[in-house]
Amino acid sequence: MAETSVARTLTLEVPGWPGHVAGQHLDVRLTAEDGYSVRRSYSIASAVEGARVQITVERVRNGEVSPYLVDIAEPGDAMEVRGPVGGYFTWQPTTPAPVLLIAGGSGIVPLMAMLRARAAAHSAVPFRLLYSVRDPDQVIYREELVRRARDDRGVDIGYVYTRRVPPGATRPPGRLDGETLAALGLPPEFEPAVYVCGPTGFVEAVSTLLVEQGHRPANVRTERFGPTGGETDDRDPR
Amino acid sequence: MTEIRVDGNQLAGALRDVFSFDVTTATGTCCGCGRQAPLAEVDVYTRAPGLVARCRSCGQVLLRLVHGPGRVWLDMQGLRSLELVVPV
Repeated sequence: MAETSVARTLTLEVPGWPGHVAGQHLDVRLTAEDGYSVRRSYSIASAVEGARVQITVERVRNGEVSPYLVDIAEPGDAMEVRGPVGGYFTWQPTTPAPVLLIAGGSGIVPLMAMLRARAAAHSAVPFRLLYSVRDPDQVIYREELVRRARDDRGVDIGYVYTRRVPPGATRPPGRLDGETLAALGLPPEFEPAVYVCGPTGFVEAVSTLLVEQGHRPANVRTERFGPTGGETDDRDPR
Repeated sequence: MTEIRVDGNQLAGALRDVFSFDVTTATGTCCGCGRQAPLAEVDVYTRAPGLVARCRSCGQVLLRLVHGPGRVWLDMQGLRSLELVVPV
C-alpha cells in the first residue's frame, strides 16, 4: 500500500513468526540469479498480529533494495526475511514512564509500531508524538495518526513542517528548534522515555536539544539513518 | 532507510549470525578513546565491503563484518570489551 509518493507499506506473511517488541527490526535478504545478495534491516511498523508483519519502506535514490521493495515487488512475491532483531530502540508496554516520540521523515515507522503496540496492549501510558516532515504530503500514516490522536486516550500528536505548512497552520515552516521542542514536547521533570528516529543530522540535533533542556541522556534513545550534510536531498525532512 | 551512514541498531540482524545474544544492547569500550556506549549508538557505514562500525567520538574502527558465500568474517580489534546485562 502506498503511503506517500516515495513510501510503501508491505505486509509480509511469515510462517512461524514469534512476535516482536515495538521498535525491533526485520532483515530482508534479496539474492540475484548470479548469487549476489544484499541484506537490509527495516523497522517493523505493525503491532503483533499472528504471522503478519508490516514494514514501511522509503525509496532511496540509488538504493539496492528499497527501489525493488517500493516499486517492483508484487503481492505474492516471496522474500527471505529474518527477525525480529534488535533490543535497544524498543518500547515495552509494561514500562510505566510517559513516552515522547520524535520522528523525522520516515523515522516515524518504529514510532508508529510503538503507538500501535500501546493500543494493542490497552496501555494508558501518556504518549506524545512530534513528527517533523517536509510538507503535509509527506506524512506517512496520515489518516491513522488523525484517528489515533482523536480516539486513543492519552495520545497526542504535533507536527512540525519544515518546508510547507497546511492551510490554517499557525506556525511557519521551519526546523524543529528548541522553542518548538519545549512547547510541544514533554518536560524533563516528567522523566519521559524519549525515542528519536530519523536522518542522522536530525537525530543528532534533536538529542542535543533534549539534553540541553534537561532530559537525562540515558532516557533518550536514538535510531539514526540516512544522509548527512552535503548528501541531503529533497526528501530530507529537516 | 538510506544506505550511507546509519547506526548500530542496523547491526542486530547481521551479528545474530555470530552471537547468540543481541549485541546492540551490549556496552562496548572503544580502544581508541575509551568511550563506553551501547553498540546500538555507534556509527555504521554500509557502503563498504560489508559493515564498518566506528566510534562516534574518535572515529576508531570498532568492528568490521563481511558476509561471503557460506562464511562470515568478523574483526573486532577496535573494541576493547563488551559488557552485557544477563538475567540472574
